[in-house]
Amino acid sequence: MKARIALLLGSLGAALVAFAFASPRVVAADKVDPVTDAKAFQNFFFQKFPDVKHEDFVNGPYSMNEDMKRQWREKEEFPPYEFALDAGKEMFATPFKNGKTYADCFPNGGIGIRQTYPYFDEKEGKVVTLELALNRCREANGEAPYSYVKDEMASLTAYMAFTSRGKPMDIRIPDDPRALEAFENGKRYFYTRRGQLNFSCASCHVQSPGQRIRAEILAPALGILNAMPIYRSEWSGMGTTSRRFVTCNSQTRAVPLEPQAEEYRDVEYFLSYVANGLPISGPGARP
Amino acid sequence: MKRSLTLAMLLALSLAPAARAANEADYKAAYAAAETASKEAAGMRNQWTVTVSALAAAKKAGDGGDFDRAIAAAKEAEALAKASTFQATSEKEAWKAMEIR
Repeated sequence: MKARIALLLGSLGAALVAFAFASPRVVAADKVDPVTDAKAFQNFFFQKFPDVKHEDFVNGPYSMNEDMKRQWREKEEFPPYEFALDAGKEMFATPFKNGKTYADCFPNGGIGIRQTYPYFDEKEGKVVTLELALNRCREANGEAPYSYVKDEMASLTAYMAFTSRGKPMDIRIPDDPRALEAFENGKRYFYTRRGQLNFSCASCHVQSPGQRIRAEILAPALGILNAMPIYRSEWSGMGTTSRRFVTCNSQTRAVPLEPQAEEYRDVEYFLSYVANGLPISGPGARP
Repeated sequence: MKRSLTLAMLLALSLAPAARAANEADYKAAYAAAETASKEAAGMRNQWTVTVSALAAAKKAGDGGDFDRAIAAAKEAEALAKASTFQATSEKEAWKAMEIR
């Protein structure tokens, strides 16, 4: 009888020890851990493309091979985004009707701060992108908001990105469950398949960077937003991050969300955070 | 011989209504079903562009009185909308398989 009790207690003890070892792993699998995610994300691309310098990933398809890099260098001699850059600089300095300027809305007068956007606003409990902050600045000063996808918004963000060129992306995730949720939501959006073509963002920009889709070479997801806004030959003009998300959705035959929808802001937060440390290269140019 | 021919003609005439052209009521029912499925997809933030196009094509054909075409387009729209809701539902978990870890 005693032997049976001892055997039973021993089995129980062994089961408890096994549970104690197993349960933290179960919890860890569901825990939101942006630091580990970012490390894994960057390592994936660094290992997939060992010949690409880490800071070159921000040049998208132009980082993928020597021929493309040469095209990029030539393009930079007469960059197609230059007109937007000049217009953005002028717009940025032009006072609103009330006499204030964009500089009054941003830290450091809006100069050299692009790398900190998007950020998580703990008061609002949501992600705030640079485009959103610019339109909020306009509205706070009695001006009508701009379209989020091109023209003036692209010019303004082009100028602000230019003043941050070379600065490493520096996105913070505060110790706030809502911020972690926003990061996780962005991650989920990035990996979720949508549209009749059943593509996720990752289908092209994780599984197939460097490969052709029709005439284009796909950009790696790592650092893909560091170059925003961009001049795209396909668009014959400039486009913002919003425009990029909207057209990506359309190309998979999904109805795009409204620009600056919470999902888009969250995916921008996720993609920017995992590119932390890589330099801002915007405004950029793409085929 | 004559009798069997008459019987065959009667039989053919009795079956004729089954092969009638679609009418407006059929179209409206098909369109309503497609619209309901499409609204469900939109509510899941997972509408497909092709669903919207098929629904628009159904309406255009229906407004023009071409109910056969309208019903075909409405049925296509309904099928597409249902596929998109299936996608949204399955992706609630399936996305994790793609994640870089």
